[in-house]
Order: sequence, then structure tokens, then C-alpha cells
Amino acid sequence: MERIPILRMGPFLLITIQVDMHDKLAVQLQDDVTQRISEWGSTGVLIDISSLEIVDSFIGRMLANIAAMSRVLGAETVVVGMQPAVAITLVELGMSLPGVRTALNVEMGMELLYNQQSAVGLSDERARA
Amino acid sequence: MTKVAEIIKRNEDQIRADWMKNMAKAVQRADLMSKQELDEQSRALLASIAEGTAVDESADLTGPAWYKAKSLLEQISASRARQGFSPTETCTFVLSLKEPLFNSFRRESSGNPDETFAHIWRTTLLIDRLALLTMEAFMRTREEVISRQQQELLELSTPVVKLWDGVLALPIIGTLDSARTQVVMENLLQAVVSTNSKFAIIDITGVPTVDTLVAQHLLKTITAARLMGADCILSGVRPQIAQTIVHLGINLADVITKAKLADAFALALQRSGRGVVRLASNSAEPVPSSPIPTSVKES
Amino acid sequence: MSAQELELIPIQSSSDVVVVRQRVRQRTTDLRFTLVDQTKLVTAASELARNALDHGKGGRMTMEILNGTSRVGLKLVFEDNGPGIPDIEQALKDGFTTGSGMGLGLGGSKRLVNEFAIESEVGKGTKVTVVRWK
Repeated sequence: MERIPILRMGPFLLITIQVDMHDKLAVQLQDDVTQRISEWGSTGVLIDISSLEIVDSFIGRMLANIAAMSRVLGAETVVVGMQPAVAITLVELGMSLPGVRTALNVEMGMELLYNQQSAVGLSDERARA
Repeated sequence: MTKVAEIIKRNEDQIRADWMKNMAKAVQRADLMSKQELDEQSRALLASIAEGTAVDESADLTGPAWYKAKSLLEQISASRARQGFSPTETCTFVLSLKEPLFNSFRRESSGNPDETFAHIWRTTLLIDRLALLTMEAFMRTREEVISRQQQELLELSTPVVKLWDGVLALPIIGTLDSARTQVVMENLLQAVVSTNSKFAIIDITGVPTVDTLVAQHLLKTITAARLMGADCILSGVRPQIAQTIVHLGINLADVITKAKLADAFALALQRSGRGVVRLASNSAEPVPSSPIPTSVKES
Repeated sequence: MSAQELELIPIQSSSDVVVVRQRVRQRTTDLRFTLVDQTKLVTAASELARNALDHGKGGRMTMEILNGTSRVGLKLVFEDNGPGIPDIEQALKDGFTTGSGMGLGLGGSKRLVNEFAIESEVGKGTKVTVVRWK
């Protein structure tokens, strides 16, 4: 079955979503992410949605779930590359993606993760989770 | 009894000659249209009217016999609207066809005044309706021109400027209506993406009033920008606008606001880890070409 | 007002929801809607299709181009023969919630379109009609 590939970038994971996601794929992704964080001890997850032209409540929930699950495992999630039309639509839809940090691109997302980790200290993160 | 069509066919040249003579020089607008073009238009129109009446004696323009005349008139009217003819000039072109036609009916009347009257009546109805059609087509074209100009004005009127790496500014001048605000905001978000700017300063110094709808749009834009990973700073909020915002009960708790664009810029620089320092300068030194003796230090 | 061909798309699985998105996207592109308007309508369609699938136990969508006197629009009708919605007012208010799964996305979808109508009868089914004008 097709799977969304998860790349390892040092302490972080990079997930690029390019296809129209359906339920099974979303569940598979959530499983895979949690699996990898445990395996590799990743402290950050970057989800690149720059190819997504539509983000509906299903995808929104998926992103929020991934962020929540990752946090429990000690990793922060940053969603990057949201298209303007998508952002405008999400605001209209009333969806705020709670618990999900965002950045304009992967680089800035990584910066965010590094800054956060050096500022707060990893042990604090885990304690807060 | 399609006698009208026959009469027109027989008298075509005379009718056209009289028509041109009737059209006051002013209406002909030799400055906008060549004699040749005018001749072609009149020839084509008269022919299509003759064809129409040959098939359909009534003055009901919705029938298929009138498609040709109608589309011809729409084209003529639209092109005249674009060329700069006035509505009167354009309609007079059509209306002044009446007299030559009526004259030809009189010339050809076989001593039957009722028949002549019937021709005249039907024809006047027909020409009136064609003239109305002409007017409608003219208006539509004018409206298209206006709307296109409005669009261009909209796009030109609120440019997004890059103040520094990662800092954009959107100085808004003039009143904001719902449509303009939406366009402006979409442009801003697009610019945020294409320049990877984490900060966008929306300056409303030049906006005289803000109503609930506009305030809501501003808020939506700021929220959308945040969702994308950028921060908006609202600057240039005048005292009156501040009062309006409070009176309208708009909640700006989540929005960073600064009275002046300069303050907003300083904040954006600071937030992106930068500061502005004065370089040590000797007053005897010639003033460098760049008038501001400061540098932006990256930390 | 004249209507053009009706397009019917069955909604029986999650891959059908993907088809709904693609077809609506195609239509709005053909009609030259602005990008933002396209995104809004396709997102609304995705929400409503998903509702028909998850809560309505499967249904269908019909898509129709509306030719008004001075404007063009796209009309989408989502129908299912599922359990229906007992309290429509409430469902519209809940609008949308992340995580709990009960958010129907109805209230949210309403904000993304120009016209919105809903009929529902418990035990019979639900029908949602939305229109977006260019």
C-alpha cells in the first residue's frame, strides 16, 4: 500500500504531503510518525504542506493529531508551506489548528524547532507533555 | 405579405443615401470613423433588416429571423462605445433610418393608405426596438470598460513593499471597501509566501475610516498570516480609528499594534534578531551617498 | 435561469471524496473562479461529502452550473439516506471542532459558500444544497 515517506533530518523528521489524502493513508501516517519518533528519538517533526491546495477539517484534524501524539513522545511539530488560499479558507472555516506551530518553509521551520529547543531545554519539554 | 422587404430591396440605394444625408454631420463623427466604415455598417445593417422583415413581418426581435440584425447591432454598438461615440450618436445612427424608410413607403404606396400606415407602424416599432437594443449593448460595453479600469486601479493602488529581508509593509491609502480589502489581503499573503517574509506591517495611516466589515477582513488576514507562519503588525492606527474599533467591540487582543510605521519596523527587526546601530562618524568626512549613516546589525 | 448538464457523483468510499474534490475543482477552473473562491468551494464540498459518507452512511453529490442573468454559479447538492440530523440548529452552531470528531463541518461550510440550504429528517436522510457564484 502507498505510504507517505518520512525522511530523517538529524534530530528532526520531514514529511512532505503531496497527494490527496484519504482515511487509510492518514491513519498509516500517524502510525508511522509515532513509530519513527520512538525509533530515532526525534525531537521535532516538520510537515510540508506546500503542495496541498485543499486542507479540510479531516486533514486539519490529522495535523492536530500528529502534533498532539508527537508532543506526548517529546517532539514538537511545525507545519510549513501553507498556501495563502488555504489559510484564508481555514480562517473562514473557523479552524485554528490548535497545538500546531507553523512556518513559511522548511528552513524557517527548522529554525523554529532549534530556537525552541535551545530556549526551553528538552527536559522541560518532556515534563510539560 | 412581405411587401416591406420588397420595398427596401427596390429602394436600397436611395434609402441609404437619404439616411447618410439625414445623419447630421456631428453624429457621423468623421473624426472617429471613416466614411468607408460608416458606409459598410449602414449597408450591412439595412441588408440585415431587409432580410429580417422578409421572413418575419412582426417587430418581435426574439425570433430567429432577427439574430443577424441583432448581433450586427451589438457589434456596431460595442465598437462605437469603445471608439468614444456618445450614446445619442450611436442610437441616432439607428433611429435616423426611419425617415428614409417611411419616404420609400410613401413613394411606393399603391394608393392604399391603410397598407402604407401598417408598414409605417410596424417599421417604427421595429426601429425603436433595434434602437433600444443598441442602447443596451452600448451600456454593457461601457460597463465592461469601467469594471476593467476599476480592476486595474485596484491592483495598482496598494503595492506591497519590502522594507528589509523578511519584513514587508503594506501601506494602505484611501477608503477600504470589502472588495478592495479582499484583493489587498490576498496580495499581501501571496507576497509573504513569495518573499518568505516572517513579518508584514499593515499600515493604515492613510485610511480615514474603518467599519466593522473592513475590521473583520483585517483580522481575518492577520489570522491567515499567522496560520501560514508569519506575523502581522498593524500600524498607523489613528485616534479616531482606535475609538471606532473599541466602539464596534472589535477584539484586537491578539494583534500587535503600533501607532507609527517606524515603531512597527523597529519591532519587526528586533523580533527577527536584528537592531539598528549608529556607526562612528567624523563630521569632517564627506556625507556618503546613502543619507542614513546606520547599519543593520545581524545578531 | 437555464441549467446545464447535471453531473452525479456517488459517495460510497473515501476515495469518492477525493473524486468529489477533483471534479468540483475541475468545474470551478473551467468557470474561471478566482483561486480563493475555488479553494473555498472545493473545501466545502470535501466537508459535505465527508459528512454524507461518515454520518450519512454514503450518498451522492449532484453538480450543476447555474446561468443567472448576469452571473455564473456552481450548485452542489449532497444527499444521503442516513440517520438524519436531529437538531440542525445545533449542528450548524457546533460548526467545527478538532479532535472530538463530532464537528459536522456544516457551520464552517456555510461560511464558505454564498447560498446554503439544508433539509434533514431523522430516519430518512439529509440533503444539503450549496451555491457559489463567480
